Amino acid sequence: MSEKAPYELTIHEAQALLAAKEISAAELTESVLCRIENIEPMVDAYITICRETARKEAAAADKAIAEGKAGPLTGIPLAIKDLICTKGHRTTCASKMLADFTPPYDAMVMEKLHSHGAVMVGKANMDEFAMGSSTENSAFKTTRNPWALERIPGGSSGGSAAAVAADMCLGSLGSDTGGSIRQPASHCGVVGLKPTYGRVSRYGLVAFASSLDQIGPITKDVTDAAILLTAISGYDRRDSTSIDKPVADLSRDLDAGVKNMTIGIPREYMEQDGVDPEVQQAVVNAVEVMKEAGATCVDISLPHTDHAVAAYYLVAPAEASSNLARYDGVKYGFRDGSAAGNLKEMYINTRSAGFGAEVRRRILLGTYALSSGYYDAYYKKASQIRTLIRQDFEAAFTTCDIILSPVAPTAAFAIGEKADDPLQMYLSDIFTLSANMAGIPGISVPCGVTTGGLPVGLQLMGNYFEEAQLLKAAYTYEQASGMHLKKPSIHRNGSL
Amino acid sequence: MAFEPVIGLEVHAQLKTRTKIFCGCSTKFGAPPNTHVCPVCLGMPGVLPVLNQKVVEYAIRMALATNCRIAGESRFARKNYFYPDLPKGYQISQYEMPIAEHGHIHITLSDGAVRKIGITRIHMEEDAGKSSHDPSRAVSFVDYNRTGVPLLEIVSEPEMHSPEEAGAYLRRLRSLLRYLDISDGNMEEGSFRCDANISIREKGAAELGTRTELKNLNSFRFVEKALAYEIKRQIEMVKDGEKVVQETLLWDVNQNRSVSMRGKEEAHDYRYFPDPDLLPLVIEEEMVARIGKSLPELPDQKKERFVTHYGLPEYDADILTAGRDLAAYFECCARQVKNPKTASNWIMGELTALLNACGKTIDESPVSAEDLAKLIALMEDGVISGKIAKAVFSDMAETGKAPDEIVAEKGLVQVSDASAVEPVIDRIIAAHTAEVEKYRGGNTKLLGFFVGQVMKETGGKANPRLVNELLSKKLG
Repeated sequence: MSEKAPYELTIHEAQALLAAKEISAAELTESVLCRIENIEPMVDAYITICRETARKEAAAADKAIAEGKAGPLTGIPLAIKDLICTKGHRTTCASKMLADFTPPYDAMVMEKLHSHGAVMVGKANMDEFAMGSSTENSAFKTTRNPWALERIPGGSSGGSAAAVAADMCLGSLGSDTGGSIRQPASHCGVVGLKPTYGRVSRYGLVAFASSLDQIGPITKDVTDAAILLTAISGYDRRDSTSIDKPVADLSRDLDAGVKNMTIGIPREYMEQDGVDPEVQQAVVNAVEVMKEAGATCVDISLPHTDHAVAAYYLVAPAEASSNLARYDGVKYGFRDGSAAGNLKEMYINTRSAGFGAEVRRRILLGTYALSSGYYDAYYKKASQIRTLIRQDFEAAFTTCDIILSPVAPTAAFAIGEKADDPLQMYLSDIFTLSANMAGIPGISVPCGVTTGGLPVGLQLMGNYFEEAQLLKAAYTYEQASGMHLKKPSIHRNGSL
Repeated sequence: MAFEPVIGLEVHAQLKTRTKIFCGCSTKFGAPPNTHVCPVCLGMPGVLPVLNQKVVEYAIRMALATNCRIAGESRFARKNYFYPDLPKGYQISQYEMPIAEHGHIHITLSDGAVRKIGITRIHMEEDAGKSSHDPSRAVSFVDYNRTGVPLLEIVSEPEMHSPEEAGAYLRRLRSLLRYLDISDGNMEEGSFRCDANISIREKGAAELGTRTELKNLNSFRFVEKALAYEIKRQIEMVKDGEKVVQETLLWDVNQNRSVSMRGKEEAHDYRYFPDPDLLPLVIEEEMVARIGKSLPELPDQKKERFVTHYGLPEYDADILTAGRDLAAYFECCARQVKNPKTASNWIMGELTALLNACGKTIDESPVSAEDLAKLIALMEDGVISGKIAKAVFSDMAETGKAPDEIVAEKGLVQVSDASAVEPVIDRIIAAHTAEVEKYRGGNTKLLGFFVGQVMKETGGKANPRLVNELLSKKLG
């Protein structure tokens, strides 16, 4: 452990060193800031780097540690996806629309992180308003995959995942509406967890699709995911959809094993077309690892899987079309009033110039799906399919504890490869978006590296509020496979 | 051909909760622009609505008072449209699943007829902000203080057939809101707003005609005037062989006519869908029962009680129970006098005239119910005459003094002692010999003249019955 540079540490390793006073929070933060200085020009993971506040927060953390008031996140440098509101720090959603927007309030997860003494080093890049699977839809920059700089890091939380993979933070927060945490985690070879809907407050998370969005951790290993998730979970009366359930310390008993667990492997997922054989093989290997660890593996069915993508791409854009209506140039954010002769023109100019192509595409799609005469055929039908998908999972969880599948059909593709083919991009969400439609938790853990040197992720999904069990299964796999120890070359050399 | 108008009304009543429907901002009216605002009611990114439970309670109250069926589960929905006074680009309202449906109220018309008017639905929603425009510059201003103030939308069945019925319906709704203490019901200040749907059809026809929607009816007077105008306009159109066009009209107060809003308010597609930020609203029967128990006596019940308990005519009872404060005033007064009908006469007559004259409401009345009761008691006990009482009442209104004080100060106690009145009568008879002769010659109408003279002489204090008696005897 002592051979590692501080920025290379996991959260739990750093926490142990901080507690033992072998390193200070200030040193740890400086190490990460220095790493950002070296690596960020290659990766472009951040929209905003918060050096000064990070140093202040690190100093405060050292004080807390000295006073014996430290918790597991005290002094830990984290990256925050730039659609999580941070008081006093601009929150852009990677959109021209909010390029200069600084919220006067913190998201609930930020309040929690502050109270734990965490250090925010920066705001991470993403697809604009979280719409995308590649981070190419950012209005500011395209983040590169630390494993292969000409490739995408996944999305929409691509900056959060790349920052963790490139050791430019110890962990990060992303948000997941249809796979936006799990897919970039998979593409960047790190761990990403989408909690049960309602587990983490959405207060201060800029909404994409309110009934699907959840904030979750992206980390270097499963233990860190458990630590970070424990810190941000809990009921918040400001979010009516957050659930009032006690939160246990999820990092306890991670090594309890899977001997009593039944793992379901959905045949509809395994038989999908277009899955890369190497991805397929990595998942098959993972099943073997779980069997060897003592789990019972069974074949299960999620019969409505074929309709999931279509239903998702009606529900999510429908909600988005309404959620994004507030960006109208009237109150805050971008306004193009230059050539406007009247109010309507101001709206049109502002929203045409302020939103990128993918955001406009989804607003149009959603507006159409909700329009009178089409509502029943599209939005309503999609909501009904959503119910069927939920029932698929409820039925599956009567016969198994955990569902195992790929995260994405392929490893990271090249930048620009799918940029002109949105449908292809949408279809690649097939394995992740059902968890959002149903509201269940899912985690992506590294399960291999392709012959081309790209990481592949394994998805495990759990029953509602069974994050503890989900993490135990993921931890068992991680420890048995050792896949989390594989790092991108950018890491080994310190530079490319 | 005889025509029958068909009117349906949509009322928006602001609820007088302390805070807004989805955030903790104050609902107080009249604060400087944009001072009662927060990230939630300003629609800033990432913030979420949290339902004010008081709004639900108030909605249930109104639903019970209008005999509605309350939904065990209802939903909030988003009504999407762009306007600067709508910060989120959608209004949180209820659509497919409102909190209450299938109710009715009773209204009383001026001829005493009682009609039952159906309530289609009641739902909760948030108010929008207020735009103002500077006519001298190309600038508009928006005040978001009103954004998120809770509203109840109360929709009637299209079951009213005259402006009078519409007026009576609105007054009864307002009266209920005030009885329940959930809204100020002030049309001029905008806490009680009304839109009307109007169509005409051949009398007796079952089909509804094409309707127009009339907006901006911000006083009871305008409602009846505008409806009368619109009914006449539609009848004339049909008589001239034209077709009524479905459109939204704005009542122009200055020109006394309805103006088409075409172009301004295009046919909107509001793209309603369930608001994913708010869970379905579940209302337990136990909660409804608890709120039901806490309801005050409502106008219909009170009216019935005034008739049976105080022996008032229906007409009196109806007027006195129109407002909760007026009813309370009457009851306070009636309990302290012998004949409640006398109290009713005084309240509907002298007191109402006084309040109208000084532009005050009943709870600001310069004459308290206790003092009015004392005045009536003085009259009933024969201490002062009815005529003196009216003079004392004016004095009370002006000075705020108690009636017995005024009577004592001014020496107004009625003289019922024959030995005191007789000398006056003798003097009057002696001084008017010509009139006495005419009277005795058969012109008995002159009795009033003599009574008047005696009253004048005694400064109104002589007991009129005694004066009549003595005069008849002495002249006869």
